[in-house]
Amino acid sequence: MTRPIYLDYQATTPVDPRVLDTMLPYFRECFGNAASRSHAYGWEAEKAVDEARGKIASLIGASPKEIVFTSGSTESINLALKGAAEMYGSRGRHIITSQAEHKAVLDTCKHLEKQGFEVTYLAPDDKGRHSAEQVAEALRDDTILVAIMWANNEIGTLNPVREIGALCHERGVLYFCDATQAVGKVPVDVQADGIDLLCLSAHKIYGPKGVGCLYVRRRNPRVRLVAQMDGGGHERGMRSGTLNVPGIVGLGAACELCEQELEADATHSRELRERFEKRIFSELDHVYVNGDPEHRLPGCSNLSFAYVEGESLIMGIPDLAVSSGSACTSASLEPSHVLQSMGVGDELAHSSIRFGFGRPTTTEEVDRAAEQIISAVKKLRELSPLYEMVQEGIDLSTVNWTSH
Amino acid sequence: MAYSDKVLDHYNNPRNVGSLDKDSDAVGTGVVGAPECGDVMKLQIQVEGDTIVDAKFKTFGCGSAIASSSLATEWIKGKKLDEALEIKNTEIVEELALPPVKIHCSVLAEDAIKAAVADFKSKKNKDE
Repeated sequence: MTRPIYLDYQATTPVDPRVLDTMLPYFRECFGNAASRSHAYGWEAEKAVDEARGKIASLIGASPKEIVFTSGSTESINLALKGAAEMYGSRGRHIITSQAEHKAVLDTCKHLEKQGFEVTYLAPDDKGRHSAEQVAEALRDDTILVAIMWANNEIGTLNPVREIGALCHERGVLYFCDATQAVGKVPVDVQADGIDLLCLSAHKIYGPKGVGCLYVRRRNPRVRLVAQMDGGGHERGMRSGTLNVPGIVGLGAACELCEQELEADATHSRELRERFEKRIFSELDHVYVNGDPEHRLPGCSNLSFAYVEGESLIMGIPDLAVSSGSACTSASLEPSHVLQSMGVGDELAHSSIRFGFGRPTTTEEVDRAAEQIISAVKKLRELSPLYEMVQEGIDLSTVNWTSH
Repeated sequence: MAYSDKVLDHYNNPRNVGSLDKDSDAVGTGVVGAPECGDVMKLQIQVEGDTIVDAKFKTFGCGSAIASSSLATEWIKGKKLDEALEIKNTEIVEELALPPVKIHCSVLAEDAIKAAVADFKSKKNKDE
């Protein structure tokens, strides 16, 4: 069996072979504990970690001392939000975030609500985007933190981070930005962008799973966090636990490659996406882009194929590895909270598929994928009573459905 | 998610796809479900006397919903109206080996049969 064409780069990415090569020695001979100060094994591990720290900092415009290693973005988000809330809770109890954030942010905010914090969940516009003005209107005297992501993981919409960052700095409120999907895909500069806390994850940028980091600003302002993991006081006391040296080396190498290849990667995936969407739109009617056509991650295409249900469509394209915003693929029966927050109707949310194009994707793969999607959608529309009704000129919104 | 071979078979080779003349007195049409729930089934029967001589369906929904309605048309063809009404969703669940999260698909198929028969009967009653 040949493996399916992988078009799910927002979910995860393969480790770049060049990244893997840099990691291997740290599993083998250089296996030391970076905290061991008394021998060469420890020293070489510490040196490797410091080099990685420098590469990561360089990619996002930070200083190496501002990088705190974690197990990935979920942990970084928990540390940033809970750690800041605990540290600054006496100053204020209000937090602003977005309904379209990742579950890691939303569920952490719900946790904080139980601790007595008040959270405002802003609704994005119909393209999934927030404006700095909208954040400004929600700011209060007791707001301590704004958490608005850089790029949405489902639809790829890019928020006006620099404007939000400037606003937060002007008002003396901390700005946490989940940049998991953005780092390595679009230029990130924590100084110019006015970000105080930022998370990223290695496995989204051709690095290994299980490692990521949190950027914690050290100057103007100096951000302090209450550690959420107690122990040996690693990472300047912010995250105890023996460092994952091979993982960190891999993250550093992945960031270095991203910095060198960012433009080429972005152009490559943007061209593939344009080629893919052009094919789809030339052959199919009633297809809608979910997200912001102007402010969108280069390698992300979230499409709703009206009158075709997402899970049945995925069944029809077994040679493609993609994700669906449809309810039925997951355990819950609710469609995507991101699409709902943008006001995409449930019927179109049930018809949505996310396609991701990455560094290894080829034009050949894109053409084959488009061809298979087109034929599956055509076949399922022949089966669709909704498509038939629309062809007959019936307005589906006027039909009296028997919901169940 | 793994699908049973029977679901895959019905999905890949759906039986009795199509439409009958919904304005004909000999045709009963049942449309159940709602687009926002992700499932809509249209099931039609053509009746001679009290026997279902033909059945057609169109379904918007997941693979299990498509398979449930495809199987339903297969089962009701040639049956008397009363026999068709006796088909239970649990039989569809068993035949297609549907997992618990997909049981609603079989319920919808049973509802579609009932709705089509009711539509046919209401047309007939109007004539009499």
